[in-house]
Amino acid sequence: MLKRLRENKSAQGTLLVSPTLAWLIVLLIIPLILTTIISFGTRDADGGVIYGFSFHNYMRLIGISSDCDNGQATCFDPLYVNILRRSLSLAFWTTLIVISLAYPLAYFVARAHPKRRSTFLMLVLVPLWTNFVIRVYAWMMLLREQGVINGIIGWVAARFNVPFEPLQMLYTPGAVLVGMVYEFLPFMILPIFTSLEKIDNPLYEAAADLGANPFRTFLRVTLPLSMPGVVAGTILVFIPVMGTFIVSDILGGRQVILVGNLIQNQFLSARDPTFGSAASLILMIMTLIVTYFYTRKFGFGEEIVAV
Amino acid sequence: MNPHRRHPFIRIATLLVYGFLYAPIIVLVLYAFNASRTNILFEGFVPAFGPTQMDGSLVTQSPCGPFHWFCELAENRQVGEAARNTLTIAFVSTLTSTVIGTMAALAIQRYNFKIKPFAQLSLYIPIVIPEIVMGIGILTLFSQLFGVINGALGLTGDARLSLGIGTVIVSHIAFSVPFVTLVVQARLSGFDKSYEEAAMDLGANEFVTFWRVTLPMILPGVLSGGLLAFTLSLDDFVITFFTTGPGATTLPIYVYGLLRRIVTPEVNALSTVWIGIVLAAVILLQRLQSREAK
Repeated sequence: MLKRLRENKSAQGTLLVSPTLAWLIVLLIIPLILTTIISFGTRDADGGVIYGFSFHNYMRLIGISSDCDNGQATCFDPLYVNILRRSLSLAFWTTLIVISLAYPLAYFVARAHPKRRSTFLMLVLVPLWTNFVIRVYAWMMLLREQGVINGIIGWVAARFNVPFEPLQMLYTPGAVLVGMVYEFLPFMILPIFTSLEKIDNPLYEAAADLGANPFRTFLRVTLPLSMPGVVAGTILVFIPVMGTFIVSDILGGRQVILVGNLIQNQFLSARDPTFGSAASLILMIMTLIVTYFYTRKFGFGEEIVAV
Repeated sequence: MNPHRRHPFIRIATLLVYGFLYAPIIVLVLYAFNASRTNILFEGFVPAFGPTQMDGSLVTQSPCGPFHWFCELAENRQVGEAARNTLTIAFVSTLTSTVIGTMAALAIQRYNFKIKPFAQLSLYIPIVIPEIVMGIGILTLFSQLFGVINGALGLTGDARLSLGIGTVIVSHIAFSVPFVTLVVQARLSGFDKSYEEAAMDLGANEFVTFWRVTLPMILPGVLSGGLLAFTLSLDDFVITFFTTGPGATTLPIYVYGLLRRIVTPEVNALSTVWIGIVLAAVILLQRLQSREAK
């Protein structure tokens, strides 16, 4: 038996991959199937699941409600559509801002002297490895009504004798946006850096020799060659922003409800796992569509593991 | 043309972004020394050493002086337990995912087999779906599974299967294994097969070849895969949140719980310790890498 295994290359490969594959099937694929099944069910009085085949959770999510004031059978309730739209637009803006902040820094580090490069890179890793929850807390301290930012503005205002009312920054959509940008910035810097670092210097020299000015060189050489990094970074930022609920929970209070908060709420306090499952499948489908169209054009390589 | 020449705009932008990355961290650390218990305004350092004395919400004297909150932290049993849980989960899940992830990388890079495309596809699942989707999926799986098992075996009370440290560990392995595999695979793809062939020609069998030739050459890749798995596990909040149970609180879960109630500078002290450890680890790593480069 062992001898046959030694000769059978295909069986060896299957054997080597099987623990990982088994793990992924049991803990990823089966849970996804279960989520799908449950999303078509209904809840009972104790928050349990009654299996069935009903689209009513999905109808609720796209705004077709059966709980109407005016006695009609169905009416439009935009509550959940708005939550989905808000999550999508927050993820879009976060990604855009993160790219514009990450790119110059990654460019600077990639073209720094090799001796200093690792120090600059290290400075990006420290905030990244500082825990996610701790980083949200830091922004809570900065943004609250008697927080550091209001303190500084107040101090400056007092020096110039300008009347100053503390700004309400915490529990606003802006606070959530800033928090998201801060949380995910390092996830964009590292892949962009990795792709920029690969560009050979002779390529820049050739561009310069052929008469391209620095701006043209950037547009025609640097930017296209760094696209795999930007794409990988976008995937590492956009997808988690869509599903995160802590940032909006802590910095948005009850003011900013995202699809992540909706799902968490259904599983923990509202106790309707069937509706939560449907919302989570919609979330997954939305991110898969975006990822598909985005990577189809550029593709993403090993930059995805640059973090 | 000097390749290291940079436009002033790039320099200024870089400086500002670094400022943005570090300003919150500096504030966080400073407030760990705050004398004010409510931790809203910075009321100065705890001024004196001696038995703890309070004036309203202000700590005016402490056996540890300005390090008052670090001493409180050291005496906090819940933090100790959470730290132990966090490390146990990270070590066990990293070890497992590094071993099986490396095996999978070898299989995908070196062998052809029927289920290879399927295996490669499933490795991308945890990367392209939001963590919360995975989290609630695993929660559903365990609650349904445990319900069935507990019912079938008639388990009651403490004997019942429930969410805890075990469920967190298996879930952490599930999301970190693909990252290990991808890192090791990247390392293997640039690897010259002729060394292994030479070893085989000289009479070494597959195991000896792997142990003496392949593993030493891919070790840096395996280590960085393991390191990635370790940091992913330490940092994880969402998956842990849905798969943890009583007695299996991790540090991120503990801090989250505090943020929703009252926050004393003790949380800042905890954050400061965490940042200190990260800083030390990053510096150590950089030293190791520069030694390897020489």
